[in-house]
Amino acid sequence: MSFPEGDDARRTADAVARRSYGKLVAFLAARTRDVAAAEEALAEAFASALDDWPAHGCPKNPEGWLLTVARRKLIDSVRRRQTGEAASTQLQILAEGLEDAAAQAERDMQIPDKRLALLFACAHPAIEAGIRAPLMLQVVLGLDGETIASAFLVSPAAMRKRLSRAKEKIQQAGIPFSIPEREELPHRLDTVLDAIYAAFAEGWTDASGTDTIRRNLTDEALFLARLVVELLPQEAEALGLLAMMLHAEARRSARRNADGDYVPFADQDPTLWNAAMIDEAESVLYRASALGTIGRYQLEAALQSAHVHRRRTGHNNWAEVVQFYDALAALTDSPVVAINRALAIAELHGPQAAAAAMNEIAADDRLTEYQPYWAARAELLSKTGAHDEARQAYEIAIGLEREPTVRAFLQKRLAALPTWTRC
Amino acid sequence: MQYLLLLHVNESGWNQLTPEQQQQGAAAYLAYGEALKKAGVFLGSNRLKPSANATTVRVANGKTQVLDGPYADTKEQIGGYFLIDAADLDAALSWAARCPAASHGVVEVRPVWQMQ
Repeated sequence: MSFPEGDDARRTADAVARRSYGKLVAFLAARTRDVAAAEEALAEAFASALDDWPAHGCPKNPEGWLLTVARRKLIDSVRRRQTGEAASTQLQILAEGLEDAAAQAERDMQIPDKRLALLFACAHPAIEAGIRAPLMLQVVLGLDGETIASAFLVSPAAMRKRLSRAKEKIQQAGIPFSIPEREELPHRLDTVLDAIYAAFAEGWTDASGTDTIRRNLTDEALFLARLVVELLPQEAEALGLLAMMLHAEARRSARRNADGDYVPFADQDPTLWNAAMIDEAESVLYRASALGTIGRYQLEAALQSAHVHRRRTGHNNWAEVVQFYDALAALTDSPVVAINRALAIAELHGPQAAAAAMNEIAADDRLTEYQPYWAARAELLSKTGAHDEARQAYEIAIGLEREPTVRAFLQKRLAALPTWTRC
Repeated sequence: MQYLLLLHVNESGWNQLTPEQQQQGAAAYLAYGEALKKAGVFLGSNRLKPSANATTVRVANGKTQVLDGPYADTKEQIGGYFLIDAADLDAALSWAARCPAASHGVVEVRPVWQMQ
């Protein structure tokens, strides 16, 4: 026996959750700034929907239905937790604000979109930098603590604690749910974009794509980037970030071969790339360049674009690539950029020049436990013929890598080094 | 919301200034206080005497222990405070950034626990 009604209700609830979760949280929490209470009320509202909708049919305006129920639950919980004066003032704020707004939302069949303000609150400089990305994923997209914890490779208990501390800070310190003023916006937007990128990068490290949770993280990050672009269409760096992420995502299936082995960019089959996604990335980047303010993410996207162009056409553009890396290095002081710049120099001027560029950054402490540094170093050393040093660098890189397919790839490279030494 | 701006400053700094610089410094604080008042956010403020004049008290096992000096023996000490009423943390932070102490020390912004 099947329950088509029930399935339908569940599907509608899932679709609303996906589309409207952040909107509803933002709306419910905007006045009190109590994100945790808003989430709790919304969870109860979704549970009620799954009870009610299969029996009575899906409401015409599911968002409005959820908002009305969640608002009632929120007021109930404030009443339960607090007594006396404190409860009555807070209840009054809630009741007044939410009543009007909810009535309005019911009439318009649309809830005002405060998600961008919520993103700015989650990525506020007063919130610890490392928790901003997980916080956004939870509060705006409704990902549960367990999923986020495993995506970021930390214990669920620790992640839950850090998330709830951050929400507490939003409320207690009075972090506003608002879009910063013009003069503040570029700097504040950077923290939002950085957090979105952190979520994307975390999903991206799973080269084999076998870990569903982490693969989904790149989708979620793309969703957030699209959201920011939709709500702030004139911000070049937001467009740059979206373009860069689309470029990277377009190559996902080419990153491993039929046996599941890791395939580096230079050996990938361009026909396996997602051409539609690359086209979208290019047009987003074009939009960004028309706005006339250059930044880190646009440069990163331009680099991706140059690499893709070279592989597709065979046209040697390493000089252009090195120029992009120069600009990026001047902007970021990032050792990661310096490594990639050295690899590009190797292509343009040969491994000796690249090894020299690499030596300039060797003293950076941040690199001693950074796998890509050792892998790049090993690669360059093997090209200059310093096989013993290359071997050592490969061994360190292998020891630092957590992804099995990448480890296997590095081991293959190590094994390919000539084993003889002159005596 | 009310916020307390705690001014952590290097106490020996003041004595190293020339009389003109001290005068300038005092004028900057005065102007800042005026700006807070004009904006209608000012609730209270005081400059504190150097931490060498501080005494700490604690009661343990029924015994009162009194010690000479500040609670934390650090280079930067609380040199004063401003109590302000701001709409939210961003508003409080922008006032904190204008405080002269932010340029020669550190301003800590603490939300006040409102008693009802």
